[in-house]
Amino acid sequence: MLDVGGLVSGYGRIGVLHGADLTVGEGSCVGILGHNGMGKTTLLRTIMGLLPARAGRITLDGTEIQRLPTHARARLGLGYVPQGRLIFPALSVLDNLRFAILAKGTAEAAILEEILDGFPELKRLLERPGGALSGGEQQLLSLARALCGRPRLLLLDEPTEGIQPSIVEAMVERIHGLRRRGLSVLLVEQNLDFIQALSDRILLIQRGRITREMPPAALADPALVQEFVGTHA
Amino acid sequence: MDAILATGIQALTGIASLLLVSLGLAIVFGMMRVINLAHGEFLMLGAYSAILAVEAGVNLWVAMLVVAPVCVGLLGAVVERLVIRRLYGRMVDTMLATWGLSLALIGAVTMAFGNSVAGFSAPLGSVQIGAYSTSGYGLFLIGATVVLLLAVWMVLRFTPVGLIARGTMQNAGMAAALGVPTERVYALSFAAGAAVSGLAGALMAPFSGVVPTMGTAYIAKCFITVITGGAAMLAGTATAAGLLGSVNTIGTFAFTPVLGEVLMLGVAIVLLRLLPQGITGRFFRRAL
Repeated sequence: MLDVGGLVSGYGRIGVLHGADLTVGEGSCVGILGHNGMGKTTLLRTIMGLLPARAGRITLDGTEIQRLPTHARARLGLGYVPQGRLIFPALSVLDNLRFAILAKGTAEAAILEEILDGFPELKRLLERPGGALSGGEQQLLSLARALCGRPRLLLLDEPTEGIQPSIVEAMVERIHGLRRRGLSVLLVEQNLDFIQALSDRILLIQRGRITREMPPAALADPALVQEFVGTHA
Repeated sequence: MDAILATGIQALTGIASLLLVSLGLAIVFGMMRVINLAHGEFLMLGAYSAILAVEAGVNLWVAMLVVAPVCVGLLGAVVERLVIRRLYGRMVDTMLATWGLSLALIGAVTMAFGNSVAGFSAPLGSVQIGAYSTSGYGLFLIGATVVLLLAVWMVLRFTPVGLIARGTMQNAGMAAALGVPTERVYALSFAAGAAVSGLAGALMAPFSGVVPTMGTAYIAKCFITVITGGAAMLAGTATAAGLLGSVNTIGTFAFTPVLGEVLMLGVAIVLLRLLPQGITGRFFRRAL
């Protein structure tokens, strides 16, 4: 479904990605593990078009998208849950969701109902400004907002960062439910439990390259993780 | 009593004029963080297009309320496409380019229509309040400003286009990631800001007289109002115009018009020293 080859990107003169390669199969969930500064966020931002690709190729369902503007990539089926959640702070929760639906130009009422059924904890928050929500609530809203556009591939950037464990569990459950309905997921994470609970395949990113693949089962064994990642979890 | 009422109307007219001429700039700055130094010339072109339309036999009200905003809005769309779009995120370059545009527009209009004062007299005659008389057109200007402000607020607050505009204003990258063509939102915002400026210029024409350089008389005041207002483009510009317009009118009554302007600038400077983010950096933060 998603095919990334030789992707080079960075900020200004500072290179971050130096030729990253990966594929995400239809309906699968790929987790990318790596330390801070290894290029996880840069990878997702470049796939989304928020950073220009300097070289390399990004193919979504056979269409090359690396030269398309961000909104066109979203319309081709990419959904993005950014690091830090980036909720529109001055819009109400309801307007955050309505914005995402309008942005794709789809019929409003039906999707909104469906999304709120999937995220019942948002129902009592609808009139609150997005900026007044807790981190966990914002994370759920950010996920719900991305789903309003009915993406086929979801890009998740460290969704567990600074979130209480109950919400992390809720996220795992929600994402499993979505995958059963055919959604593909590309996830970057540092939380080993979360990445293991969701991913079919786990890739390791080091210094801007995908260096190796490790079996999800290996995450259960601290000694193996240390060998792969070079750190304690 | 009549004196207070007459002075009050005078102050309201001052506030309304200030708000009216600043609103277009506020929309462009608030939406896009683009500083348009050709804003004064957009006002001037609004006035000229109204005058030309009247001379061509168009009804005065149609000329001011329809022809002027449409003409300047179209010009805004062209300017956005040719200049502004190429310089997004480069604030200083944008200022330089729009300053150049401002000089070019003044030059072009001077070549076409000469450097003399044109204009039309204020319609609606005068209204008697006890022993005082005030211009009916001034009252119309107050009403028109209120209606325009309400209209912009309602579009932003209640329409789908307004929702897209508000979200894009808060985080353009995220808006694009959700599927919004942000370039088109910006193009529309700039054209809308230009149209509002054109309308404002035409409405002010009966008061100020129309010369190619009339924009330069407004631009400083507009900037001070928008900057003093801060992040919330409508609430900020309205409160700043209310405050600065009152100071100007009081100063004018108590001393001279020149001192009124000096006082207004003084208050703006002190205010920005105390509230560097503008009035809405501290108050009415969630307002539009």
